[in-house]
Amino acid sequence: MDTITLTLGIIVGVFVGSTAGYLGSIMVSRRMALVGDALSHVALPGLALGILFNFNPFIGAFSFLATTVIVTWYLQKSTTLSVEAIIGVIFVLALSIGILITPKVDLLEALFGDISKITLMDTVITVLVSLFVILVVKKIYEKLIIGMISKELAVANRIKVESINLIYLLLVATIVAVGIKEVGTLLVGALVIVPAAAAKNISSTLSGYSLMSAIFGLMSAVSGVILSIYVNVPAGPLVVIVGTVIFAGSVAINSFSKRVKTKRASTA
Amino acid sequence: MTDVGRGQTESSSHSQIESNNMLVVSGLGVTSQNKRVLEDVSFKVKKGTSLAVVGPNGGGKTTLFRALLNLIPYTGTIKWNDEVRIGYVPQSLVSTDLPILVEEFLRFKRRTNYEACLSSVGLDKAILRQSLGSLSGGELQRVLIAWAIVDNPSVLLLDEPTSGVDIGAEEPIYEKVNHLKREAGITVLLISHNMHVVMHYSDYVLALNKDVLFYGDTKSLTHSQLLSIIFGSEFALTEEEHYKE
Repeated sequence: MDTITLTLGIIVGVFVGSTAGYLGSIMVSRRMALVGDALSHVALPGLALGILFNFNPFIGAFSFLATTVIVTWYLQKSTTLSVEAIIGVIFVLALSIGILITPKVDLLEALFGDISKITLMDTVITVLVSLFVILVVKKIYEKLIIGMISKELAVANRIKVESINLIYLLLVATIVAVGIKEVGTLLVGALVIVPAAAAKNISSTLSGYSLMSAIFGLMSAVSGVILSIYVNVPAGPLVVIVGTVIFAGSVAINSFSKRVKTKRASTA
Repeated sequence: MTDVGRGQTESSSHSQIESNNMLVVSGLGVTSQNKRVLEDVSFKVKKGTSLAVVGPNGGGKTTLFRALLNLIPYTGTIKWNDEVRIGYVPQSLVSTDLPILVEEFLRFKRRTNYEACLSSVGLDKAILRQSLGSLSGGELQRVLIAWAIVDNPSVLLLDEPTSGVDIGAEEPIYEKVNHLKREAGITVLLISHNMHVVMHYSDYVLALNKDVLFYGDTKSLTHSQLLSIIFGSEFALTEEEHYKE
């Protein structure tokens, strides 16, 4: 891999990792972690269509993700099914269709990403899309949190909970679509969930939690990209492994701080 | 007049409600999963008064609040006064496992008077650095009341605000609400199962069991009469004996 491709890969890692981590802090708190993971697989058929008909796979992936989000949102409103159940159904269908129609030669790249194929255009799109996603999330962040704490409380404060939720899920779909090139459809969901889960273990404030999620996301993505050069394997699995190591560290810190607190309480 | 119907309002009348009324509900009906949950409910709430909503479990109390907050479709009319600013205190929170400090939660309101609001519900500002999830039931309810009053609401809707609160901690919460009603002229709508609270802290009672069992002045009833209206005379007599003991 040449220096330019590596630089582009790192830039994409910085933006996708931190944005996915920031978005994930909301998803993990909403106990929707599995939704983030399953949602990412829905991109596969769209990606395949992009490869087959020679258009930007990001557009194909985003179209499928956005359609899934809107269908899920509508079914959740109009039926008694949970988001997990609805996405669970759509996810297996999308994964099956995706595996059937993706050309065999491109399947591995679609599933696990290929950092060496990131272009300058991909990088520019990723940076702009990430900045847009961060700006919109910042705008709706408080409303999302209040809706998460209590729907009634949110509605009484004139927050349109359903619309805010739809916007949020569309933002997740957007960042998943841009993250596919680096991490692949199978693992991009982990970039949303793992950093946030690690941050939740060691955070006591909301601001600290969202910041740590973004930092852990950035660290996982960038380290994964750099490591992939040395071990010559796709960056996707490495990004997830680094994220999981951070998560394990956070579990250890959490358990250590609990032990210290208990010791202090018993000696006081 | 503020008509908050969700497109299923039977009447589209835009006549003014009397200025001394905060809320006028007429012919309210709610159907959920093909079952009638509320039927032909009508009542008024005067400004600066308190109305206790009582009734058996499943009688439609929380459904009424959900309709008043425009959370569910309904038939009939719900008319709030033009100047209404609703402060809502839920029974509990859906998620308290979020790492969020009380201070961060209160800051969402973008007001600077939250320390004064905490003090008005009897909480010290030290609680600001505590996590929302680490609070006791009583502390959480007081924080929720503080959150509701930060915007200077004209109406407080309290859905069983002391459920999950220790018995000893119940009374001070109602005392604080009563104080807010007296000092700030806030109108209070309160759901409660505690008849002692209803008799002591409400001006009017609305007893519901799908339709209206009783609506009127609290002082026109005895404790036993109220129980008899809600649960039948047999239960009321048993309860009365219990109180005598």
